[in-house]
Amino acid sequence: MRHTAKTISTATTVAALLGTLAFSLPGISIAEDASAIAEGKKIAFNKKKGNCLACHDIKGGKLPGNIGPALSIEGVAMKDRFPDKSKLRAQIFDSRSANPNTIMPPFGAHEILSDAELDKVVEYIYSL
Amino acid sequence: MKKVAVIVSALCMLIAPLAGIAANPDQDLKNFRKHFTEKFSSVPLQDFTNGVYSVDKASREQWEAFEDFPPYEIFVDKGNVLFNKAFKNGKTYASCFPKAKKGIKQNYPFFDKKRGEVVTLELAINECRKKNGEKPLKYKKGKMAHLSAYIAYKSRGHKGNVKITSTPESMAWYDRGKKHFYAKRGQLNMSCADCHYYNAGNKIRADILSPALGHTSHFPVYRNKWSLASASGDGMGTLHRRYGGCNKQVRAKPFKAQSKEYRSLEYFHTFMSNGLTMNGPGIRK
Ligand code: HEC
Ligand code: HEC
Repeated sequence: MRHTAKTISTATTVAALLGTLAFSLPGISIAEDASAIAEGKKIAFNKKKGNCLACHDIKGGKLPGNIGPALSIEGVAMKDRFPDKSKLRAQIFDSRSANPNTIMPPFGAHEILSDAELDKVVEYIYSL
Repeated sequence: MKKVAVIVSALCMLIAPLAGIAANPDQDLKNFRKHFTEKFSSVPLQDFTNGVYSVDKASREQWEAFEDFPPYEIFVDKGNVLFNKAFKNGKTYASCFPKAKKGIKQNYPFFDKKRGEVVTLELAINECRKKNGEKPLKYKKGKMAHLSAYIAYKSRGHKGNVKITSTPESMAWYDRGKKHFYAKRGQLNMSCADCHYYNAGNKIRADILSPALGHTSHFPVYRNKWSLASASGDGMGTLHRRYGGCNKQVRAKPFKAQSKEYRSLEYFHTFMSNGLTMNGPGIRK
């Protein structure tokens, strides 16, 4: 009985420890990011979803349009263009916040992408 | 009395720029044309009638090769046959369009003062049928597009000559069309102007966007895309068919062909190309 209780409590501690570690352990968070980034890329490239290539050149995308600025530029990381990630999210959520007359669709405000999809696209674009 | 007039005119001066539609079609036309002739300074004015090919040299050669054996020709011929075939009452379309063989497309659309509305060529074709006891045709393709193509073909060489009368009624039609052109719409929130004014010449994915100047000169149009979608390979479509397609692209609900909304848009859109030479029907992707 005692023994079992001890085992359980140890197990719980380990689980709790692992739980906290999952947020801080670099190995695990990279794995999570990587899958969000990969999914974000798919959403961004999908014609029926982000269709970002209609207007933006992005590394790996075929036949990009040139209405908007290139999003992947050699030597210029998106992190440097948008040091504040929430500003990048705002640009994609509702581009009108920066330029009221923009041609870029308000992906969040008009529910072209769901919140979850938008978050993944932000992760992907931020990684460029 | 004088004082009132001064106040009223002062108010108008305040309101007009605020409303952004100081109703002056002639000035609008000048500004519109200037935007494109400055943006594409190497393109001669009349060349804008060639749509995207006026600004996309790369695909122009291929398009010119198409013109050697134009796929719209058989539809112009069909239109010719329809035009000259007698209705049940013995009359033909010529009874409604006596000058069609010399070219009339350049004068459409026009504001009919008596009726208080804008009349397009396609609307007039159906009204001619009605007057002669025939059933109306569908507006976007088929026989209507063939008749329109035949009349457009006969009108080649004439210069666009749409008249905007300055009555409040016709100005209301013009303003509605102008607003449609510049207004954002659809889930994607884009205006005609976003693509065909501000971004003309730019690429949206692999497509180069045509300038709105000259857009209307070559309609109806034969499109490869429409031909592929048709069981009989009939790729002819009217201007309002195209409007509907461009509205759908931005996930906006298209208006009905020949609705008040699209007739207004056509009124504005075609007036902007006044002075450009009729060259319909055209061939496009
Ligand atoms: C129809 C055109 C269009 C589409 C589609 C589009 N954009 Fe844009 N985008 C623009 C334009 C134009 C700008 C330049 C700023 C402006 O005019 O608002 C821009 C700016 C941006 C910027 C800011 C770049 C900088 O360095 O300032 C980001 C980031 C961006 N877009 C991301 C995206 C993403 C992600 C998508 C797809 C989910 C997307 N865009 C889809 C037209 C578009
Ligand atoms: C998302 C971008 C976009 C918007 C918004 C848009 N169009 Fe288009 N339009 C296109 C593309 C792409 C084509 C095919 C290439 C070309 O000829 O420009 C086209 C073609 C056309 C054509 C045929 C041109 C020709 O030479 O035959 C007309 C006319 C036209 N559009 C009118 C409009 C009008 C009017 C509106 C607004 C109701 C509109 N478009 C909105 C993208 C757009």
